Amino acid sequence: MTTTKLRILIAKPGLDGHDRGAKVIARALRDAGFEVIYTGLRQTPEMIAEAALQEDVDAIGLSILSGAHMALVPRVLELLSAQGQDGVPLLLGGIIPDEDIPELKQRGVAAIFGPGTTTDAVVAAFQQAAADAPPRS
Amino acid sequence: MSLVERIRAGDRLALARLLTQIENEDAAGFDTLTELFPRTGRAHLIGITGAPGSGKSTLVNRLAMELRHRTGATVAVVAVDPSSPFTGGALLGDRIRMRDLSGDPGVFIRSMASRGALGGLARTTASVVDAFDAAGYGWVLIETVGAGQAEVEIARTAHTTVVIEAPSAGDDVQAIKAGILEAADVLVVNKADLPGADNAVRALQSALELAANLRPVWDHHGRLETVEAASAEPAWTPPVLKAVATQGGGISELVDAIQAHGAHLKAGGGRRRRDQERLRSQVLALLGAHLLDAFLESRGREQIDAAVESVVGRRSSPRQVVEALLQARR
Repeated sequence: MTTTKLRILIAKPGLDGHDRGAKVIARALRDAGFEVIYTGLRQTPEMIAEAALQEDVDAIGLSILSGAHMALVPRVLELLSAQGQDGVPLLLGGIIPDEDIPELKQRGVAAIFGPGTTTDAVVAAFQQAAADAPPRS
Repeated sequence: MSLVERIRAGDRLALARLLTQIENEDAAGFDTLTELFPRTGRAHLIGITGAPGSGKSTLVNRLAMELRHRTGATVAVVAVDPSSPFTGGALLGDRIRMRDLSGDPGVFIRSMASRGALGGLARTTASVVDAFDAAGYGWVLIETVGAGQAEVEIARTAHTTVVIEAPSAGDDVQAIKAGILEAADVLVVNKADLPGADNAVRALQSALELAANLRPVWDHHGRLETVEAASAEPAWTPPVLKAVATQGGGISELVDAIQAHGAHLKAGGGRRRRDQERLRSQVLALLGAHLLDAFLESRGREQIDAAVESVVGRRSSPRQVVEALLQARR
């Protein structure tokens, strides 16, 4: 009777108030059969890490339009690692300048999406990231 | 360390993992829960139900804060939202209203998708609640999906059921219809700063007065049965409270009412009776699921398909093919 469902956390860290993109992604993932936990606006990295732990998610998607990604993303990754969740893939969407992408990827971000990405591409990337993630003990 | 040992030591990630296994109806998860089961039975389980948009999540947020503040005991929140019947996906948004609870290690919030179950809860919600109970959480708040009139499953899962109404939710005939209002131990008219709140309170109160002389009766899988020894249980009249959850108004009175109901259950033996009801319905639901699985396995797909085909072609009625299938088995 086992019925496994992939659980995804969609969160908006930082102070920008534009959550249309996050909602579109949450909706697209829902329609693709995922269980999406949406945290809402203005989350601190601590709140996001705590939600990821309590919900035991298979992947995390962050939407950042404020330009603070180089501060917020490493902090979230650090907290995840500290609580034993470093294997959980983190995907990033929003306004991310090209020159920041190599460093973010090197720090462990699984995929980065800019404006114009189709929802199909995002869904496929979440499926791939969850499939590639190491098994959890 | 095993999962059980880690959970006993207060490892929150281990607990989160167990909850996932239970949700997925994974055998390993149920084995762990079986090992933990003797430690259950201590938490006070509070059900929160009401129509979509009546303010359940906001009220849970405030209620959890007040319980933490006043009793110091830890609080678990199980928040159920609906799964899509078409894609199986779900958008679980209850955490949006619960951001005040973040940063308190004594609070654990878990979102659940209903995964096709009707009745306002998921099939595994009762087991998830057991896991929190065994892990030592003193209060477990169970928030149902936005419920209509008949989603009364929560009354069999919780010790105290809180039903939330918003003002202008209907006339006084709505208030005496069967279903969710009968399941209420505490009624809350939320958004009481909106017009119509006093009318809503009056309508609910007069509905309760009409019901005051009637005995509670459960409908069990289509069979009506009265609660055993109901006459020995002292009567509890559900209080009707007003609240403005966004501002925290009326929450202190709600905790008073919940604690009074808890004391009432303990004093009159109602707590044991509710536990009996709760575990009985768990056992019967499991039994039903397993019998169905075993039966389907023994019949093979073709026979079932042929039976369905014969019903689709209007050659037999559903009742006839079920009788035939059951007889063929003997």
